[in-house]
Amino acid sequence: MTEKSLLMNLLSEIKEGLRIAFLAIKANKMRSILTTLGIVIGVVSVTMMATAIEGVDRKFAESASAFGANVLYVQKYPWVGHEDWWIYRNRKDITLQISNDIENNAKLVEAVAPNVVTVRSSQYLDKVMKNTFVTGTNEQYIYASATAIKDGRFISQEEAQGGRPVCVIGANIAENLFPNIDPIGKTLKIAGYPYQIIGVLEKQGGLFGIFTADNRAFIPIRSFMNNFGSRRDITINVLAKRGVDIDDVKEELRGIIRKARKLSPAAPDDFNINEQDLLIQTFSTITAVIAGVGFFITGLSLFVGGIGIMNIMFVSVTERTKEIGIRKAIGAKRRTILLQFLIESSVICLIGGFIGLAISYPLSLLANQILPTAMPLSVVFIAISISLIVGVISGFLPAYKASRLDPVEALRYE
Amino acid sequence: MDIINLIQIKKIYDMGGAEEVQALRGIDLKIGKNEYVAIMGPSGSGKSTLMNIIGCLDTPTSGIYEFNGVKVSEMNDDQLAKIRNKEIGFVFQTFNLLARSNALHNVELPLIYAGVGKAQRREMAIKALEQVGLADRMYHKPNELSGGQRQRVAIARALVNRPSIILADEPTGNLDTKTGDEIMALFEQIHQQGNTIILVTHEEYIAEHAKRIIRLRDGLIESDEILNDRKIITDELIK
Repeated sequence: MTEKSLLMNLLSEIKEGLRIAFLAIKANKMRSILTTLGIVIGVVSVTMMATAIEGVDRKFAESASAFGANVLYVQKYPWVGHEDWWIYRNRKDITLQISNDIENNAKLVEAVAPNVVTVRSSQYLDKVMKNTFVTGTNEQYIYASATAIKDGRFISQEEAQGGRPVCVIGANIAENLFPNIDPIGKTLKIAGYPYQIIGVLEKQGGLFGIFTADNRAFIPIRSFMNNFGSRRDITINVLAKRGVDIDDVKEELRGIIRKARKLSPAAPDDFNINEQDLLIQTFSTITAVIAGVGFFITGLSLFVGGIGIMNIMFVSVTERTKEIGIRKAIGAKRRTILLQFLIESSVICLIGGFIGLAISYPLSLLANQILPTAMPLSVVFIAISISLIVGVISGFLPAYKASRLDPVEALRYE
Repeated sequence: MDIINLIQIKKIYDMGGAEEVQALRGIDLKIGKNEYVAIMGPSGSGKSTLMNIIGCLDTPTSGIYEFNGVKVSEMNDDQLAKIRNKEIGFVFQTFNLLARSNALHNVELPLIYAGVGKAQRREMAIKALEQVGLADRMYHKPNELSGGQRQRVAIARALVNRPSIILADEPTGNLDTKTGDEIMALFEQIHQQGNTIILVTHEEYIAEHAKRIIRLRDGLIESDEILNDRKIITDELIK
C-alpha cells in the first residue's frame, strides 16, 4: 500500500471513529452526561485553582510594588531572615546619624528618607481612627517610596527640618475621617497633638493592608521624635540613581554604614539592606508550594473523573462486543478498533473539558470581584489538553481489550 | 486456479486440562472460481469451524490454507483482517448489521476500512444496494426494515468490495420460507453474475440450490458431490 492510501485509510478510520463516538454518546445520553460530569468537575476545580493562584500572584505583585523597584531599605532586621531572631534583636538600632552619613557620602543615590513608624489613634472632630500608622520622615520620602500625592503636596524641606506640625494622610484616613469634606487645611489630632493636613496620597490597595501607605499619616521626623520619643530604631529608604546597578548602590551603602559602625573587615554586617525583589522571590516560593499542593488535590478529582471514564468504556466495550465482531469480520484491524474507542473516550473527555471551561470562565469573572484575576489563556490550553490526555489514558485499556477480541467469539456474543 | 485450497486442515480446541476437542480432523478441499458450494452437516460436525477458517476469522491448528495462491494459514490478525475486507463477503444468519447506522452506511463500512474515498464509496454502495433491489431504502435503519430487507442489505455489504468469495452462514435461517426463497433467488442472480458462493447450511432444501454439496461429519468430509439437477430459483418462479 502506498503512503497516500495509508493516510487515506487512517483518515477515514478517524472520521468513522468520530461518527461512532457521537452516535454512542447520543444513544446513552444519561450515562454520557454522568460520565462527563466527572471530567467537568475536575476541569472546573483545576482551572479555578489556577485562576486563584494567578489572582494571589497579581495581588502580591501589586502590593510589593508599593516598595518601589529601585528603593533599598536600610534596616536592623532582614525581611527574610535565616538566622535566630535574637541575633538580629541584639544589633544596634539604625539611627538618624547613619541616614545623614549616607546622605552626605553616597554618590549613587538620588534620595534618602529616614522614617520611623508608630501606631496611634488619630481624630478629626468626633471621628476617630484607632490604628493610624504615624510615620515620621523627611521631604525625600515621596521619591524614595512608591507613594504619590493625590491632593495638596508632600512635606517640604523647611517643614521637615523645622519639625513643623503638618501631615500628609493616606487614602483610608481621608475616606474614614473626611467622608465628604476636603481634608486639606483641616487639623488632624494625632495622639492628641494637632497637625495641619497639607496633602492626601493616592490609594495604593495592597494585600490585606499590610504594606500599604493607605493607613499612614506622614509627619516631619523631628516632630515625630519630639512627640513620640527619639530613641527609636529607624528605617532608611534609599532611592538609587537612574541607570545605576542596584547592586552597586547596595555595596556603596554597605561601605558607608560599616565605616560609620567601625566594623572590622572580618565582622559580618550588623544591618540589612532589603529590597522588593527579595520579597517577591520569597513569595514566589510560597505560591509555588501552594500551587503544587493545590494542583495535586484538584488533580485528584480529575483522576477520579478519568477512572469513571475508564469504567464506562469497559462497560461500553462489553456491550458492543457483537458490534466489534461485525466490524472485525468486515475488515476492521486491531488499530481500527483501538482508535475507535480511544476517539470515543477522548470525545467524552473533550466535551467535559469544554463544558468545564464554560462553567469556570464566568466563575473566574465572579472571583474577580474579590481578587483581581483573570483566567490565563494558558489555563484554557492546559485544561483542554489535560482532558484530552485523560481521555486517551483512561480509554486505552478498554480500547486495547476491544482491539484484542477474537472475531469468532465476538460474533457469537449475544 | 483455485480460490480456496485447504490441505490437511486440523483445528483442535483446548478445553483446559487434558481435554481437547478435535473440531476438524484433516480437511482437504479445493473450491474454484465461480463455484456455488453448499457445506452441510449436523451440529458438531465442524462446519462452523470450517466456515470460520475459510472466512479467515480463525486460523487452523495445523495444515495449509491457500487463498488465491497466498498462504493465509500463518497470517497475523491484521493481515487476516485485510483479506476479510478485500476478498470475503460475509452473510450471516442474524444479518449482523450495525443497528445505529442506516443501510447505506452499513454497506459503505467495508469500503471505509479499505480506505476508499467518500464519493467513490457512496457510488459503489448505492450500486450494491441497487443490485439487491434496495436503493429506495438506503436511508432506513435496520429496525425500519423487514428481515428479508435486512438480509439484502447484508448481501449488498458482502458484495460491495467485489470479493473473491461470498460466504453465507445459514442466510435464510431467520426468514420465513417465501422470504428465504427470495434471498436464494438473489444468490442465484449473484452467482450468475460470476461470483463464487459458499453456503453453510443444515437444510437440505437450501443446499439443493448449490451446484456442489460437501457434507461434513465428525470433523471430516463425508461426501463431496456435484448436483446435476439443482434447483434454480428466480424471482419469476416465486411469483
